[in-house]
Amino acid sequence: MIYQGKQKIWSDYQKEIPDNHWFYVRSCIRQSFFPGSEKYFLKICRDMLGRDIYETEHHTTCGGIAYHCDTIPQETAMTIVARQFALMTEAGYENLVTSCITSFGNYTEILETWREFPELEARIRENLWKACKREFKTPKYVAHASDLVYKLRNEIAARAKYRLVNKETGEPLRIVEHIGCHYSKMFPHKGVGGAEYPCVLSGMVDAWGGEVIDYPERRHCCGFGFRQYLVKANRGYSVSNTHKKFESMEPYHPDAIITNCPGCPFFLDRWQYVIAEMEGKTYGKDGHGIPALTYEELAGLVLGVDPWDLGLQIHQVGPEPLLDKIGIAYDPAHKYDGLDEKALKKPGLPNVLKCC
Amino acid sequence: MDFGFRLSPSSTVDLDKVDLSLYDRLAELDPGVRTCIGCGSCSATCTASAYSGMSVRKVLLGLQRGRMQEVEKMLSNCMLCGKCTMVCPRGINTRRLILNVCRLYANEEGDV
Amino acid sequence: MDYIAVVGGGIAGMEAAAQLKALGLEPVLIERSEALGGHVASWHCLFPDLTPADKLIKDLESRLEGVDIQLGAEVSTLNPLRKGYSVVLSNGKVYPCRAIVLATGFTLFPAQRKEEYGYGIYDHVITNRDLEGWFGGNGDSRVPESPKAVGFVHCVGSRDIKAGNAQCSKVCCITAIKQAIEMKERFPGAEIYCFYMDLRLFGKKYEDFYIRAQRDCGIHFIRGRVSEVAETIDGRVQVKAEDTLSGKPIKVRLDLLVLMAGIVCNPDSEQFSKAVSMPLDDDGFFRSRNNIGDITRSDRPGVFLAGACTGAKTVPETLAEARSAALNVYQYLKGQK
Repeated sequence: MIYQGKQKIWSDYQKEIPDNHWFYVRSCIRQSFFPGSEKYFLKICRDMLGRDIYETEHHTTCGGIAYHCDTIPQETAMTIVARQFALMTEAGYENLVTSCITSFGNYTEILETWREFPELEARIRENLWKACKREFKTPKYVAHASDLVYKLRNEIAARAKYRLVNKETGEPLRIVEHIGCHYSKMFPHKGVGGAEYPCVLSGMVDAWGGEVIDYPERRHCCGFGFRQYLVKANRGYSVSNTHKKFESMEPYHPDAIITNCPGCPFFLDRWQYVIAEMEGKTYGKDGHGIPALTYEELAGLVLGVDPWDLGLQIHQVGPEPLLDKIGIAYDPAHKYDGLDEKALKKPGLPNVLKCC
Repeated sequence: MDFGFRLSPSSTVDLDKVDLSLYDRLAELDPGVRTCIGCGSCSATCTASAYSGMSVRKVLLGLQRGRMQEVEKMLSNCMLCGKCTMVCPRGINTRRLILNVCRLYANEEGDV
Repeated sequence: MDYIAVVGGGIAGMEAAAQLKALGLEPVLIERSEALGGHVASWHCLFPDLTPADKLIKDLESRLEGVDIQLGAEVSTLNPLRKGYSVVLSNGKVYPCRAIVLATGFTLFPAQRKEEYGYGIYDHVITNRDLEGWFGGNGDSRVPESPKAVGFVHCVGSRDIKAGNAQCSKVCCITAIKQAIEMKERFPGAEIYCFYMDLRLFGKKYEDFYIRAQRDCGIHFIRGRVSEVAETIDGRVQVKAEDTLSGKPIKVRLDLLVLMAGIVCNPDSEQFSKAVSMPLDDDGFFRSRNNIGDITRSDRPGVFLAGACTGAKTVPETLAEARSAALNVYQYLKGQK
């Protein structure tokens, strides 16, 4: 692999990301899938790095899930999005940062559509006014939260307590990066590094001391889809795609997977349990899985945040082998303590996949 | 554990894993088989095609993609009428090809 | 003295200049690089007879005796005169010219723009031109010592509206077959795959060449466009396509992948078209007065076109057009007297 060739492509796909003053919109599902991620995105950006990130309780779903499940027409999704823009405008912000990849794709797709068809934007403005008497300005910049963390990656590295390095061997950890499809496959120029060789996550891994693995099925979708997973009869081919990715990355012995989508890390995590039960196969060392983390979780870890505060106990695949490799201190006794030390129930352990 | 769904079998043909030995032996017997351009006139004119799925084009392709069972099934429907040989623009002796494939299959099973 | 400017020292310009000289005119052959021969000079041998390319270049050169050849010179400005143009070169020379033959050729599609094929990123992905260079004796670390499997991807940057070129590049199918045969001859044990959308083998002897590749060399022709290339853990190349004749996805690992980069218009053509107020065709190439009967004349009096500057051409087509353009010039000047 010729690294300079990738650098050349990256230089073609540099995206302008303003440094400060963002209106943040959360994801529908991430708070239950990865309860620490959005919280620590805000904590890292605001408290540690001093950025102004605003959010409002009036924000709702962007309609992306319903749009991708064919349950609402695009015009409805557009009107929902127009309302988020109105909230942003009312709060006095111009930069929109989304937590969800599908939201990011949805916002981008809608803005591009309006650029091509201004009459459609006019109609949506009318719809919004009729529905809730709101008006909006379109955002000056739309970024995914991983774009922002990418921009801040060196500041994070400068404050890092740990590096993505095996403390025993001194070797960089081998990290698989997985980009959500809706990040740049629809609009390659809207993603840092484009769509074929995005560097939004690999840039973080590089900056934090790890080594990025480029394996044959790197660009392959995690298999989530929307209806594909939500309809039980279709789950077979959803899990088959994840299985294909794991089979392809297995020979590289990855230490962890970093992702920037709500769905991907969930499926790359949970399907390891399902594949282990179905096929008796696990992809980590000694019966363990490969931890699949969000970029906020990984950022939190290198910054020295307690793994249980980051919500890593919610993952199916135990993060402990990864924590041990990096040398991150954790207290197993507190793994299932929730906020305010309220005890979460301890889950049952699976038969095949070893989960500490 | 039964989840109510399973890994779906992949239809991807992995060329690294395809055994071409039968096809190669067929081509040794008559190198002309390699010149097929997949035009489909053999299948279009085939007596058995419409009723059984027989297709010389697919037989040749199947041999190159490791789909032996399908090939065997298709061939069992051939009536050996020879019309495919008449229409082949490359002049492939398809009738001989079919007989050669059968002979090679028979050899494989050890009962020449 | 009144000159005829021949812009471009590839085979079209060389042949046109030689013919003009033979017709008693005074051509000045202007070539930007330091050597004549253009793309053909970087080729090892030519389809369908495997003729050495340098033999053709030498033959053409031998007929240029007495022709004013300006190497390392570009056309800086073209100023219209009452009859013809004043051609100012980057080396400071100025030629009053009665007519101009544009033989500015084409550009090979930059294969790295098909990002999914990983040219410049994966260790064993090269282009048709790289392979010709390797055939010609240039060492290339991307070509393994004894490859077991080699693939050719047809239509890289051709028939690809998204890549900005909707046209067929015409010569790549037959070039792929030529190169596949040459690779098979060098590495008889290797499996060779050609991934094509359509095989367009229109020229004399081309079909024979194809049959030879199929029957005698056992080259595998797979009708399906490569969608994605990746590198495997052992540094090989994994290729995905659909075998459209069976309707199944297909994948294969290769030791070398050759991208058949297509023929696209020369970026200079816009500058020339502006200088002589001659609109470009919608494919970016120069526009002929008529695509059937008058391909070597432009819409502008005194401006003539030869070779691949009007679109993809084979070598014999290019040479024939160069001769035709020279005759056009001769008749044009005769008509002016």
